[in-house]
Formats: sequence, C-alpha cells, structure tokens
Amino acid sequence: MNNNVEITLNGNKISVPAYISIMEAAKRNGINLPSLCHHPDQRVKAHCRVCVVEVEGRKNLVPSCSTQVADGMVIKTNTARVRETVKTIVELILADHPQECLTCIRNGNCELRQLSDKLGLTNIQAEPSVKRYPIDLSSSTLVRDNNKCIKCGRCAEVCHHVQEVGILYSHNRSTEICISPEYGKKLSEVSCVHCGQCVLACPVGAIYEKDETSKVWDAIQDPEKHVIVQTAPSIRVSIAEEFGLPAGNVSTGKLVSALRNLGFDKIFDTDFAADVTIMEEGNELLQRLKTGGTLPMLTSCSPGWINYIEQYYPELLAHVSSCKSPQQMFGALAKTYYSKVSGIPAEKIFVVSIMPCTAKKYEAQREEMRDSGFQDVDVALTTRELGRMLRSTGTDFSTLPEGQYDEPMGDSTGAAAIFGATGGVMEAALRTVYEVLTGEELKKLEFEEVRGMEGVKSSTVDIAGSPVKVAVAHGLSNAKKILESIKSGKADYTFIEVMCCPGGCIGGGGQPYGSTNARRQERIEALYRLDKDMELRKSHENPAVKKLYDDFLGCPLGETSHKLLHTHYSDRSA
Amino acid sequence: MTSKINVQDKSLLPTLLKKQKDSPFNFLSEDDVNSIAKELKLSRSRVYSTASFYSEISLSPRGKHIIRVCCNAPCENAGKEAIREAITKELGIEIDETTEDKLFTLESVNCLGACFMSPAMRIDDEIYGNLTPEETVKILNTYKKEHVDE
Repeated sequence: MNNNVEITLNGNKISVPAYISIMEAAKRNGINLPSLCHHPDQRVKAHCRVCVVEVEGRKNLVPSCSTQVADGMVIKTNTARVRETVKTIVELILADHPQECLTCIRNGNCELRQLSDKLGLTNIQAEPSVKRYPIDLSSSTLVRDNNKCIKCGRCAEVCHHVQEVGILYSHNRSTEICISPEYGKKLSEVSCVHCGQCVLACPVGAIYEKDETSKVWDAIQDPEKHVIVQTAPSIRVSIAEEFGLPAGNVSTGKLVSALRNLGFDKIFDTDFAADVTIMEEGNELLQRLKTGGTLPMLTSCSPGWINYIEQYYPELLAHVSSCKSPQQMFGALAKTYYSKVSGIPAEKIFVVSIMPCTAKKYEAQREEMRDSGFQDVDVALTTRELGRMLRSTGTDFSTLPEGQYDEPMGDSTGAAAIFGATGGVMEAALRTVYEVLTGEELKKLEFEEVRGMEGVKSSTVDIAGSPVKVAVAHGLSNAKKILESIKSGKADYTFIEVMCCPGGCIGGGGQPYGSTNARRQERIEALYRLDKDMELRKSHENPAVKKLYDDFLGCPLGETSHKLLHTHYSDRSA
Repeated sequence: MTSKINVQDKSLLPTLLKKQKDSPFNFLSEDDVNSIAKELKLSRSRVYSTASFYSEISLSPRGKHIIRVCCNAPCENAGKEAIREAITKELGIEIDETTEDKLFTLESVNCLGACFMSPAMRIDDEIYGNLTPEETVKILNTYKKEHVDE
C-alpha cells in the first residue's frame, strides 16, 4: 500500500509520507522552517508559532510542526503574510527579552539570537516590556534566569516526560505565564535531581550550570597548589563539538593536550577510576550473591540517579551498590594514594573533574565525599565549561597535538571507555565478573543486548552454568519503570545498571548544546570504536589498577577500599 | 501526529474543583495541591499549573461566598459598573478583595452565559440577572442574614 500523499510546497509538487508534519515534509525537501519550541526528541508543542505557514483553503496560518500533511495540500512557506507574521512574533518575543546578549552565557549558541539573525531583524517595533524576576541562584548546580525564558516549554517537557521528575512546568495564564517549580519556588526548595536535561533543552540562557571556571583558574594560578584533572569517559567523544566539529570524534589525545595547555600539573583519567569501580562493584555483586545480600543490585555511578532514588524511592536504597562513582573514587585516591606516591601533601592537591554532568557538581560537594580528610573532588566542571575555558585561551582544537595521560592514574581499558554509554557499566562488569567467577577467558567481549538507545534493555548471561539476568535503564522515566517492578516484586534481575540521562553519560546534562538523540548515538558509537581499538578491554587487566591494589588498597572490598571507595546514601524524600 | 490525553490528567480538574468546594475558605492550599498530586500520581508542578490557569480556582483564601460580576460587553452596556459600585459600597471591597468577616469575595468574570438578563452576577452557584443596584444590595442582605441565622 502506498502511504504517500501528493502535496505542493511553494509550487513544487512532491510526494511525502502521509503521517508526517508540514515541518518535516519541508525539511525533507530543502526547507528548514524556523522554530523555537520544536525539538526533534520531544512531543509537538506548537507553543511558539514561529513555524507558521500558509495552507490553501485555510483562513488562518497554521503551525507547521503540529499540522499533518494531506493529499492535495497546497503549502506556501514564504509569502509576505508568513514572513511578516513570523517576524512580528519574533519581534514580540524580543521585546520581552533582556538585551544582554553580549554578556549572556549563551552568547554564540543562542537559538533566539540565531533566529533573529536568520530573519534579519534590525529593529524591534514592539515596546519593550521586560519583567524582572530575581535570578534563582539557590541550587548548588543550576542557575535559573526567568527573565530570559521565552516560554517554549522544552525544559518542562524533558523534566516531565523524559525524566518524569516533574519540577519545571508552565504556570498561570496569558501575560502572567511563567515556567518554574510550583508556587514559583526556588530549585533548592523542590526535589530537583540536578540532571541538567533542562539546560540541554533550553534554546536560550534561561537555565544553565553554575559556572565554576574561575575557581579552576584561581587554583591553576596559585603556586602553592598542585592542580590535577580527571576526564570522564564521555568527554573525549563530545568535547570536539564545543569547537563546531561533528559528533562522534574520538579526541582523547587532543583533550589531554588542551588540558595541559590550560596549565594543569597532571592530566589523569576518570577511566582509571572506572576500572577501579568495576573491581569494587563486581566484587560487591559477587559478595551479595554469595552471602544472600539484597538483589537486584543497582549501580551507583550516576549522581542524578542517586539524587532521584534518595528523594523518590528511598525504600529501595538497600539495592544500591555502596560503590562511589568513578569521579569520587578518583578524588579519594588522588588525595591519598597519589599524594603518597608523589610525595605531595593532600592539602596542596586540587582535584578538578571534567564531567558530562551537572549533578557531578552536587556529588562533589556532598558531605559523604570527604573520606580523604579533605573534599575529595574540589571542582567538577561540565564539558561546556571546559569548552569555555579552552575557547578563552585561543584553543584551536583540531590542530592540537596528541597528548598522553600521566602516570599513575592515567591507564585504562576498553571496559572503562564504554562507561560513558548506556549499558557500558553493565558490559564492563560482566567482562570482569565472568572471568573472576569462571576462571576462564571470556571468548566474546561484546554484550550487544545491553547496548543501544532502547529505554530498558535486559539480557540473560550464562556464567559458569548459571543464568544471570541483568537489565539496563537510562533516562529517569525508564529508571522509574524498573524501580516500580522491583517494588512490586516482579524484577527477577540480579544486576541492574541505571543511568540518569538518556543515552547514559554521553547524553548528560553537562554536554555540549545540541545534544539530540542522533548525536548521542554518534557519541555512543565512538565509545564502542574506542573500546574495540584498545589493547586491554577488561578492568581487571589494567596494570595501573593492579599496582594500586598491590601497593595501596590490598584487595577489593578490603579495609582501605571500604574507607575510601564506598559510601552509603540516605532517605532525602520531601 | 496523534494526541494523547492521560486519564490522570482528565480527572485533575474535577478533583481540584471538588477539593476547593470542600475548603471553608474556597481555595486550594499548598497541602491540597500536594495531596492531589500524590493521589493522581502527577507532579506537584503539573497540578499547580492547572490550578493557576483557571480563574475558577483560587490559590489564596477567599470568603465564604464568591460574588462574580460579569464584565463582558452586554453586561457592561446594561450598567454593570453601577452594580459593581453598589457591591463595593455595601461590602467595602473592590474586585479580588475579601470582606474582613471573610463572608464575601468579589471577583469579575468574562461572561456567565446570561446575556439575556444582563447585567448579571453569580453568587456561588446561583446566577442573578436584570439587576439594579437596589436589587443587588437586597440579594447581598439575604446572604448576610443567612449567615447571622446560622
């Protein structure tokens, strides 16, 4: 059956699938209609009306995002009426918008500014009527500047339907409309999980991470401080996008060189700590299996996820692994193990993390994360903040030399690399658990069933003759499904990986703007390529990790590990 | 391109209205909003959004009786302003204000569907039409009297 319809688009007769919108039909035929509220990974909203077009026989202009094509439809996208209307709508938005573009955090990547440029707006005829809301600085990770909000609803959509946390929503009516938590509360007064997906969704500068780059510059310039940096697994496949390069570039060496240019004393890798995490978490799973501990065990690497379970499902906290995240394991080891090896006193060591994540900022500041005797991680920067630091120093990313991570916390394996992708922690853990349990070499390292963008994935792995059922969820709406099934006793899994953000850390709330699902896919593929090309692909084979256990920790789950690398989380429900 | 409306969303408005009706001060408190969210498994912000959208719902305490004066064109032309003034004079409150004894709150409304008997007003669930200032005061007094009798 032919499911196509014939339409006329600006005089061109074309055939398009019957189920698509006018906006999509135009896009497939060479016209990108403007929009502010439309997002490729979200439901249609039709809030902004910037995408209106003329359809023959319809009295009013129609929004192209929410209008389906129909056979014989005659559409015009650039008549004087359309152009005037779109211009007026954007002028009205601009009249409500603070003219602070030069000092705005979105200077250079603001969708409203780009649209204004595209439409050639040079003069705003509407009278300015900017409301002054106080800027919400209450959250430890996010800043909300409602003055810049254009009410597109993209943050509310991701908060309610992708994450199902439900903090931000549209309130009031007409000119009083405002997007905020209920009763206009501050972010610190509600159970926000700090995932930062709202930041990625925002087209303007209405919500953004708390910029901490100046703290890092201050530390680098302080001769008393020994400033070391760790890079999360997913940064090497996303930082290039901060320089306009395509998604899915593996740029590990350039990332290292860029950080050295900034003046860090040592460039280390969170991947090293990810391998340590597998040693601890894998052994914790084995111990739970042996001793009849709480199962299924849930992973604990993702701080947005930890914030979620602490605030919304505290009754299930016993399922969460006691392992700290790789960021925090690194911090605790940096100020103990590295301090010992290097002879540099811990109080002089300043640990910076480059993370794909806004919730990592919250995690670094937690009271539980001071087991070295100091704040284990001093500052967690997002990929975007690193991008800002690098741009401010004239970095031309594509021509940087290929650098190498430093010893003793720079070596890693393919297992650690894939931590950045949904399913990666599970796969890395299975590679190690299998070999430890069976004493045999794993023939095929790839566990394809736990890979990919499907929301909840599951698999049964045969280990030494017994089937082990595992599941993987990413995005909190999917995590919620898993938690509900545990609550109702239907989850017969042994081990479950949960990542807060869609796609895992490569899709984290601290990643470059424009992180659509298509880009997430590119980054995931890059991580699997990286894994495949690595000499060592199992965490327990990492020589630097073996040395760490021989010289310092003893054994996984040992006394030192217990003190530095494990923690427990508590009920924070409202 | 299909649209979906969640069942929980559909029952939200009736639940909000019922809860408001049960409130002695004709409004929804923050506790009400939170308990409805829990009951319907919706986010608090989602519930607050709907509550803050409809003028029928109040998020701050109101009087026992809600007087709504119609301010649409037919009522305006038929002398709504004199009715509004009579109420203000009698009760000492402007639009969106509540009497000190918490008996009345005065609001405006954009059409009661009673244009054939304009000017019109609504007190709670009753609509009164073809009003004169004198008649309006008489009606108010019946509510006051009812309260004294209680």
